[in-house]
Amino acid sequence: MRQDHLITATQLSRADIEAVLDRAAEIDDDPAAWSERYGRAVLALCFFEPSTRTKMSFDTAIKRLGGTTTDMGTVESSSVKKGESLADTVRVVEGYADAIVLRHPSEGAAKMAAEFVDVPVINAGDGAGQHPSQTLLDLYTIRENVGLDGLSIGIMGDLKYGRTVHSLADALTNFDARQHFISPESLRLPRNVRFDLHQAGAQVREHTALESVLPELDVLYVTRIQRERFPDETEYQKVAGQYQIDLETLSAASDDLTVMHPLPRVDEIAPDVDGTPYAAYFEQSHNGVPVRMALLDYLLSNVEVGQ
Amino acid sequence: MSEHELRVAKIRDGTVIDHVTGGQALNVLSILGIDGSAGLSVSVGMNVPSDRLGRKDVVKVENRELSQSEVDVISLIAPEATINIIREFEVVQKNRVDRPETVVGLLSCPNHNCITNGNEPVKTNFTVVDEGVRCTYCGTIIRDALADHIEPTR
Ligand SMILES: Nc1ncnc2c1ncn2[C@@H]1O[C@H](COP(=O)(O)OP(=O)(O)OP(=O)(O)O)[C@@H](O)[C@H]1O
Ligand SMILES: [Mg+2]
Ligand SMILES: [Zn+2]
Repeated sequence: MRQDHLITATQLSRADIEAVLDRAAEIDDDPAAWSERYGRAVLALCFFEPSTRTKMSFDTAIKRLGGTTTDMGTVESSSVKKGESLADTVRVVEGYADAIVLRHPSEGAAKMAAEFVDVPVINAGDGAGQHPSQTLLDLYTIRENVGLDGLSIGIMGDLKYGRTVHSLADALTNFDARQHFISPESLRLPRNVRFDLHQAGAQVREHTALESVLPELDVLYVTRIQRERFPDETEYQKVAGQYQIDLETLSAASDDLTVMHPLPRVDEIAPDVDGTPYAAYFEQSHNGVPVRMALLDYLLSNVEVGQ
Repeated sequence: MSEHELRVAKIRDGTVIDHVTGGQALNVLSILGIDGSAGLSVSVGMNVPSDRLGRKDVVKVENRELSQSEVDVISLIAPEATINIIREFEVVQKNRVDRPETVVGLLSCPNHNCITNGNEPVKTNFTVVDEGVRCTYCGTIIRDALADHIEPTR
């Protein structure tokens, strides 16, 4: 199905995902062929929360397609500070750009924004909701490394607030993937995501420890557990330590295990994993550019750019 | 009617919500935003015997008609309810409630971080799912005590 916006991973069918990943592979093979494809396109970057890689990779992606960006800047320097609603902001920005990339601290922000504008809206993170463009590059990385069917994946860390986790879990229901969720009890997958997985008939298991499930995993997707999720420092140290990995931890894993992380990482993955064949997180992050180019192509190919 | 029954005066114009699931009458009132302060004449029967339901609640409100979204939410807590419109003391229209697909603008989302709780020009929107209702913006599911989530600012 043709999509006008990218708001959540649940909206994506297997065919949608494969179309974007195939296009990303094409772009990856011959990026130069795409360098003037969207010569008149302007992409608006509206980041109401800080971002480094998502914002930079969208910026690079549109430029490698021949387009440019217009950047709202930080919330501190914008009219939002004066109390402007998001609905007004996006309606103004729509006049400057062919598509809007939006990151916002409230869940549902991108969905609402899409109701107020005609240009494509890409959800680049809505609170603890979704982050579907990250998921596309995650899926691309998984496909390149181990394939998306017959997959056994462990998703570990902050599953409650981790928006990359929610989108990835939803998207994986399109594939023959067994999903293992590994987290402290207090950070387990939220009810609404479990509901989606259940509705989709996904094969899901939840664990509080990595050990028992590690040997059967093809992919281990690690996310950061943030300090502010815990009432005090000692509690955080105690819990977070159980969800950090190093080369020693991985001695129990399959030799073919692929370790991923949406980055930034702090201490969830020890540096001794970096140089090993397990580590796919930098490759994953580099995939952000061709995958976002493919996503932009997917959304812009059916709108009139530069109007 | 026997002499052992207390007779409440008939209403001239208004609405009778009959066959309400026993125990839900006060929730029906809260869906309607009725707390007695506006001076509407209201009578409530709770757990009265009913052939169909065993026990039922009945809510009678004078000079008040119901909006579609009010009826929609009532249907979620009282699926057997009938809405009787009274004109000149007579029942002029009787409708069974239907389980709606969505509920727009009546419930507020319990997720404080949901965009519908920000200062945005947007109505709440819930899809009816097996377990309850689900916010179409943030995905939060409300399972029970729906009436506790009626928007206070209506
Ligand atoms: N003027 C009125 N004032 C107050 N209540 C009324 C009035 N007219 C009818 N009702 C009440 O409205 C409900 C529906 O009235 P109706 O005469 O249709 O009864 P019914 O035949 O038992 O209906 P049903 O088949 O839906 O049970 C009953 O609870 C009745 O007591
Ligand atoms: Mg009757
Ligand atoms: Zn919500």
